[in-house]
Amino acid sequence: MSVRAFSLLGLLGFWFLVAWIAADPLVLPMPQELFSPLWAELKSGELLFHLSRTLIRVIWAFTLAMSLGLALGLVMGLFPHVDRWLDPWLVVFLNLPALVLIVLCYLWIGLNETAAIIAVTLNKIPNVTTIIREGARSLDPNLKAMTQVFRMRKQSVLQHVILPQLAPFIAGAARSGIAVIWKIVLVVEFLGRSNGIGFQIHLYFQLFDVRLVLVYALSFITVMLLVEWLILQPWEKRVRRWRTA
Amino acid sequence: MISVDVRSKSYGDVPVLQDIQFDVEQGQTVAILGPSGIGKSTLLRLIAGIDPKFEGTVSRPKNMAIVFQEPTLLLWRSVFDNIQLIHPELSESAVREALSEVGLADKADLFPGQLSLGQQRRLSLARGFAGNPDLLIMDEPFVSLDEKTADEMLTLTERLISKTQPATIFVTHDTTEAARLATQILTLDGQPATLKIKETLK
Repeated sequence: MSVRAFSLLGLLGFWFLVAWIAADPLVLPMPQELFSPLWAELKSGELLFHLSRTLIRVIWAFTLAMSLGLALGLVMGLFPHVDRWLDPWLVVFLNLPALVLIVLCYLWIGLNETAAIIAVTLNKIPNVTTIIREGARSLDPNLKAMTQVFRMRKQSVLQHVILPQLAPFIAGAARSGIAVIWKIVLVVEFLGRSNGIGFQIHLYFQLFDVRLVLVYALSFITVMLLVEWLILQPWEKRVRRWRTA
Repeated sequence: MISVDVRSKSYGDVPVLQDIQFDVEQGQTVAILGPSGIGKSTLLRLIAGIDPKFEGTVSRPKNMAIVFQEPTLLLWRSVFDNIQLIHPELSESAVREALSEVGLADKADLFPGQLSLGQQRRLSLARGFAGNPDLLIMDEPFVSLDEKTADEMLTLTERLISKTQPATIFVTHDTTEAARLATQILTLDGQPATLKIKETLK
């Protein structure tokens, strides 16, 4: 914890240093100069409104991408003949630039919430699928034989035999997933939504207001750090308990 | 009754097993002996239904159990759950009974990784017997244990077999082990391997 705090303080110090050298608040304001705009945005309710819009989109896209990617990765990892058919698709989608998918979704579906969430989800699914497929390929064949002979129920096999073996892969996909998803959500908002952090950044970019661009960006980074520390890491610790016991 | 009739089994173009026929009655124990690499474990996988790719038929009961060379436990679930999840029909007291049967009554809440190898093997044995199987399959269950532990395991297995009375098929390369547990010894030999000797003991 102390190392983490020191490391973050170091980053803050670096910011001070660069801002002091730049000596131009229009380019990079000093950290303390963000307090008054932050307070103003909080008081007006703007910040929390846009923060919650973005957070809802992140939660939707994350849930959809993780569950669909998990299912697809499992099927592709467990059934090689399905994998042979779907693998070329996976490669195409993995290499499709996020921007292209976003623009196409907006063009085909319209400038609405559905298009925004589908665009982000489609951007993330191939990545989750690739990671989970790797995990499904490395499942223990002896455990599989054991569940076969004892005629364990399918539901129980998934819950107690397959998913626990995939836990490190799921955690990896979730961690890299949440980071990538919120960045793509901002682009989606930047291009075609009328609220959310990405929209606000677009607005203040056009007004050349670096202070508010930073206020909005940093508040969402703070939210994501809290998600990492309060949800992801405790969950990981819980599922890893058997390794350290 | 279990009837095994394996006409042939190949890996690619290489035949490994040929013309192996035998029956096992309830309460009987059959040991399959033979040098390592001969295909004993392959035969067990065919009998257990793990590998369906062979010519021939095996009639087997629904309620089967298997004990592998390795304990093959769910390392992320407690010792208790390792029996309960495989046998959801068992009551809590039946699971505890199965654990105390192999001397693990006080380990129920630990993870398998916290047990010694000998204890893990006993847990695997308890899991095998807990469901009162009609057919029990064991693949070298006493291999690579020190002499004392192996002897304890053998005694334990003997007791559990006589209590549960399943049809048992087990693979070993140790003739004394085979003689101690088995009512019938089958010896595999040749290339492809086939039944060379059928010896009835008891």
